[in-house]
Amino acid sequence: MTSNRKIAAAVIFLLALHLAILLAGFVAPYPPAAQNRDFPYVPPTRLHFVDARGHLHVRPFIYQYVARPDSLYEYTEARDREYPVHFFVQGSEYKIAGWLSSHTHLFGVDAPAQIFLAGTDNYGRDQFSRILFGGQISLAAGLLATAISLLLGVCVGCLSGFYGGWIDESAMRLAELFLVLPWLYVLLAVRAFLPLHLSPAQTFLLLVAVIGTIGWARPARLVRGIVLSAKSRKYVTASRGFGASDAYILRRHVLPHTYGTLLTQAAVLVPQYVVAEVTLSFFGLGLSEPMPSWGNLLANLQQYNVLVSYWWMFAPAIALVLVSFGYLIVANAFHQRLQSGSI
Amino acid sequence: MKLKMRYIERRLAHAILLLIGASVLSFLFSSLAPGSFFDEMKLNPQISPETVAALRAQYGLDQPLPLRYFHWVKSVLRGEWGYSFAYNQPVRSLLMVRARNTLLLTTLAMALAWLIAVPVGVWAASRRGKWEDQLTSASTSLLLSVPELVLALGLLYLVIRTHALPVGGMVSSVFDRLGLWGRMGDLAAHLIVPVITLVLASLPILIRHVRASMIEVLHAPFIQAARGHGISRTRLLFRYALPAAANPLISLFGFSVAGLLSGSLLVEVITGWPGLGPLLLEACFSRDFYVVVGVVMASTMFMILGSLLADVMLLVVDPRVRMDHP
Repeated sequence: MTSNRKIAAAVIFLLALHLAILLAGFVAPYPPAAQNRDFPYVPPTRLHFVDARGHLHVRPFIYQYVARPDSLYEYTEARDREYPVHFFVQGSEYKIAGWLSSHTHLFGVDAPAQIFLAGTDNYGRDQFSRILFGGQISLAAGLLATAISLLLGVCVGCLSGFYGGWIDESAMRLAELFLVLPWLYVLLAVRAFLPLHLSPAQTFLLLVAVIGTIGWARPARLVRGIVLSAKSRKYVTASRGFGASDAYILRRHVLPHTYGTLLTQAAVLVPQYVVAEVTLSFFGLGLSEPMPSWGNLLANLQQYNVLVSYWWMFAPAIALVLVSFGYLIVANAFHQRLQSGSI
Repeated sequence: MKLKMRYIERRLAHAILLLIGASVLSFLFSSLAPGSFFDEMKLNPQISPETVAALRAQYGLDQPLPLRYFHWVKSVLRGEWGYSFAYNQPVRSLLMVRARNTLLLTTLAMALAWLIAVPVGVWAASRRGKWEDQLTSASTSLLLSVPELVLALGLLYLVIRTHALPVGGMVSSVFDRLGLWGRMGDLAAHLIVPVITLVLASLPILIRHVRASMIEVLHAPFIQAARGHGISRTRLLFRYALPAAANPLISLFGFSVAGLLSGSLLVEVITGWPGLGPLLLEACFSRDFYVVVGVVMASTMFMILGSLLADVMLLVVDPRVRMDHP
């Protein structure tokens, strides 16, 4: 595959992933908090194509799971009735991006059966739906924190590189300090000093702010380097000769040089920050129940019996790996292009 | 020799500045914090507000920030590193054991990772563009996109399901009754999961860098000349090309300590290895401020040690560095 095709494929894959997560209400068959107390730890529902009489079905169907008598959290398929999987079914109401409300879901089965593509958790909540809704939180945290890091990086890098002097000296010393410290230690330390019990929205904003702020140093250093080389170009001197202000020169002649690097940095940072949120929530220092995030979904695995017995609780990890992989391919491609000088 | 000493002196001064910077930063962040260790006590009706205030005063938490920092520095100089509220003892005694355990884990993982990464990277570089190289780069990409958290949990799952190894902690409960070899074996069995996780997590980056710097060197004219003289392939790669490619790799060694420490924190918490990671996490929850600062300082010292080691290695390996840094 040529490198262009590869980038296109990776970008389309990432976009599809983000779209599915943005439209979680539509793609997910159930709301994230809907509980089925009678069905804790149901394994992922199997899709069938061949029924008990040996007939082939074009439309996949499922069997309802029923608890095996006198057993704890063990289920068998009730083979007496088939429930075909329908598309664009009516279900519970949801809102997309907070305003567009609808009842239509991408897929579903007739009541009383339920379809759990990734099994259920201890409250009988559908993991597939929770992964999608949790992705909204985790990805939003990653994207927002990246925006903060890059914004801080651009501001400090521009000031530092453009004006030099003591600003440059002190900013770069501070950046060195941030670069040298192990990020997870810093992240935990900063989190340790902030209040533990907050409303979910406050926690989310706090988390994003902390993760984003800690990562300012690398983009700042990169931007500074580019600004340093850009400001000595002849057209900058010329434009200064024509009486252009610093702000104009920065905006018109210097900043455009940084776009390629910023884009690459964004592709590198987003998955890192998603993982940062996941790590903090996994440790119980981030977002907590009932708000789903990939971190607190994975936190179930901290219980020994869950880790051992219910392998489908690993499902959020797959989503995390897919996102990381997509961004990694894009970041590599950007990096290669940047070095060959075509962005 | 004198030049070398001056260089090392300068590095030491830099290291001390870094430690001061890290501690000042920690204290500044702590001043943003609204709560403290004793605030949880205020919720307890059996403890009077006066007691809480007295405790705060006893530990000096009611003093202004610069004064607290000054007291902390004094306690560092005395070798106490502040006082843990939760454990009721000086931080240093807590830190020493934990830091030793983390050091054991990370050094082993680092050594193993480099031992694997160098041959694989060299080999991939020598087969550049062939299927072996592509396979290596595909597997490093795959490994790179699996976060340490997932790696550790996955390995733990495998180990528990197969009952192959003991899980959790550093030693078994029967450790004290074992002989020397039994103890070593027990420790080694507990080390396997955390070390493999850390090695797998740090391998892809190391392999990529080894490959990249080898490819750069393999283009150099002196390699062409050596090849022309009929020197064998293995000898050419490891005796001629690798030392020339070592410079950026040694710098990478210094940088990779930070990543390794962060990874180690996670792995320690998940596998229950009694290192700095679980200590920091507990201290975060109980707001044991001086322990948090202590752990951050310990990790900073590891970092500095790593980069110092890298500098010394560079000094030994690369004659150009000795010229550049008078």
